[in-house]
Amino acid sequence: MSTPETGPASSWLWSWRDVRPAPGKGGGPGRGRRSSPLSWRWGDRLVLVLAWLVGGLLCLIAGSIVVYMGVRGIEYLSPSVIFSHPTIAENGATSGGFLDPLLGTMLLTVIGIVLALPLGLVCATWLVEYGRPAWLARVVESSIEIVAGTPDIVIAIFGLALFQVRLLAPLSVTAEGGGVFGRSFIAAGALMSLLALPPIYTASRDGLQGVPSHMREAAFALGKTRITTIRRVLVPNVRSNIATGAVLGISRMIGSTAIVLILLGGFGRFEPQGAMPAIGLLRGTGSSLTSYVYYNSPAGEGVAPQKAYAAAFVLLIFVLALNLIVERIGRSQARAAGLAKSTPGS
Amino acid sequence: MAKVQSMEIVHDALAAVPPVRTIVLDRPPAPVRPLPERLAVRAPAPSTSGPERLTLRDVGIAYAGKEAVRSVSLSIHQGEVLALIGPSGCGKTTLLRTLNRLTELTPSASRTGQILLDGEDVHELVDTTLRSRVAMVFQQPNPFPMSIFDNVAFALREQGRRRPGRRELEPLVVDALRRAGLYDEVAGELDRPALRLSGGQQQRLCIARAIAPRPEVLLMDEPCSALDPISTGVIEELIGELRRDLAVVIVTHNLQQAQRVADKVAFMYLGDLVEYGTTGDVFEDPRAERTREYVRGAFG
Repeated sequence: MSTPETGPASSWLWSWRDVRPAPGKGGGPGRGRRSSPLSWRWGDRLVLVLAWLVGGLLCLIAGSIVVYMGVRGIEYLSPSVIFSHPTIAENGATSGGFLDPLLGTMLLTVIGIVLALPLGLVCATWLVEYGRPAWLARVVESSIEIVAGTPDIVIAIFGLALFQVRLLAPLSVTAEGGGVFGRSFIAAGALMSLLALPPIYTASRDGLQGVPSHMREAAFALGKTRITTIRRVLVPNVRSNIATGAVLGISRMIGSTAIVLILLGGFGRFEPQGAMPAIGLLRGTGSSLTSYVYYNSPAGEGVAPQKAYAAAFVLLIFVLALNLIVERIGRSQARAAGLAKSTPGS
Repeated sequence: MAKVQSMEIVHDALAAVPPVRTIVLDRPPAPVRPLPERLAVRAPAPSTSGPERLTLRDVGIAYAGKEAVRSVSLSIHQGEVLALIGPSGCGKTTLLRTLNRLTELTPSASRTGQILLDGEDVHELVDTTLRSRVAMVFQQPNPFPMSIFDNVAFALREQGRRRPGRRELEPLVVDALRRAGLYDEVAGELDRPALRLSGGQQQRLCIARAIAPRPEVLLMDEPCSALDPISTGVIEELIGELRRDLAVVIVTHNLQQAQRVADKVAFMYLGDLVEYGTTGDVFEDPRAERTREYVRGAFG
């Protein structure tokens, strides 16, 4: 039972790297003899098996979400659904597509990232490179932690209260009698930026803290000021961290439903406020993919559940694409800096 | 009691084991590479002592009130290499970093005494101006993760002004790389990432970066301690050439290196400047007993 046993046949399960000698290496000795899990204590063996089970289960869950949404989504997805406007209808056949929610999602994301990116980066840079007085640094740090931990429905309610203030009335939809609704793309985008802020801030801060201090000293020793060092050495150096944070922030914003339902309205089409083309759109209301999925699913009005599946599939594709981008950025940045193994032809 | 017993057991066991075990190499040892010709027969260039660049008067440095360097007075001339030698933790690097006011970045550090650059108190100079006149090379090669070209160009670009274009900078960058003895190895691939260079090449890139703005003094903090002997030889030779145009101050742990490259040697011990004189005097006929013991290798 507890006889130690080694060899490729039994160790494939326990090792995370291939232990077989690489082909064409002249049959070298490969990896040396290692302790087999069969000789471990029971507790350790149990944990090892559990780790494999949980890892596999997570892969299975993620895989089944993608496969299920893929099957249902592709079934109902068609160019006409993507490129036609939604209409209010009794049944799914005449309810149009989700062009407006798709563009709405993109618009919200752009507004949110334009606001969150500079703010998060500046906060992180100040904290890491200046960070004084210390109490202010602590306040900044914990404020962002609080924002990160706030559910988006709470952020949305706060935004509603904020944008219903009379002073901010020009930024959102106003009813005929003069009542301020506090609903608009500006309002929703601004509050969405709070969702993107913490990941951007955290990623930039970790990146800057990871820059070795000799890099700063090298720049100072060349007679550069602190601000030049930040602009020309530090920020370019953590570009991949910033991009990763931004993409994480974008996927949080894409996935947010509560803010859209409360601060944007969330029904079908764009409804610009006022006559000016671009500004009217920003002041007006609209919808996003998440709110579209919600209203069309059986949980909402349930008029067109097939289209909800199609929209959900598009949403999922967006998020998966963003994750791929994050990974790409990290790898290409490492290559550009010369840290990765040199690639032929570059 | 039990301990003594177990010691005896260990002793017996050791006696039982055959004393010598042959070491089996998995491949034959690499043949020793001979040093390149030009390094092996390097004639020491004659010292060309020029005008006084840096003057230290009674310089003391303390971290949070604890003295790291006490009352050092020195003068550093153009055309000379001054080596700061001494055991670890005796204030050599602290003194070096004070010459371009890098110690000011440590909030707890304080300095007394006077440091003059060409007769001007360095405290009166703007720190960025001072640091472009008194350049520095660090222990670990620390090029920026940019291209070779950008590493040198970064040092040349001044702040607050119009950024000069590549065409204007190119001759200056090439000149700096050439003076650092790196150009022949990287010509034609200036856009490669600097971090792909070997350690010795990276250090020479850092030297090129430091000397690009034509400083008057070059500070070197153990520039070869992370390098192999061949790269070290190349850099030592380079130091000999660079001192024609500037004053070099080098901190080193390696006494032989100090002997090879320096014209003057300052020996520091526990924050005090114990001995200062020409290399020959300090190594062959030191005045202080401490110096005699240190260069003999009795401690440190």
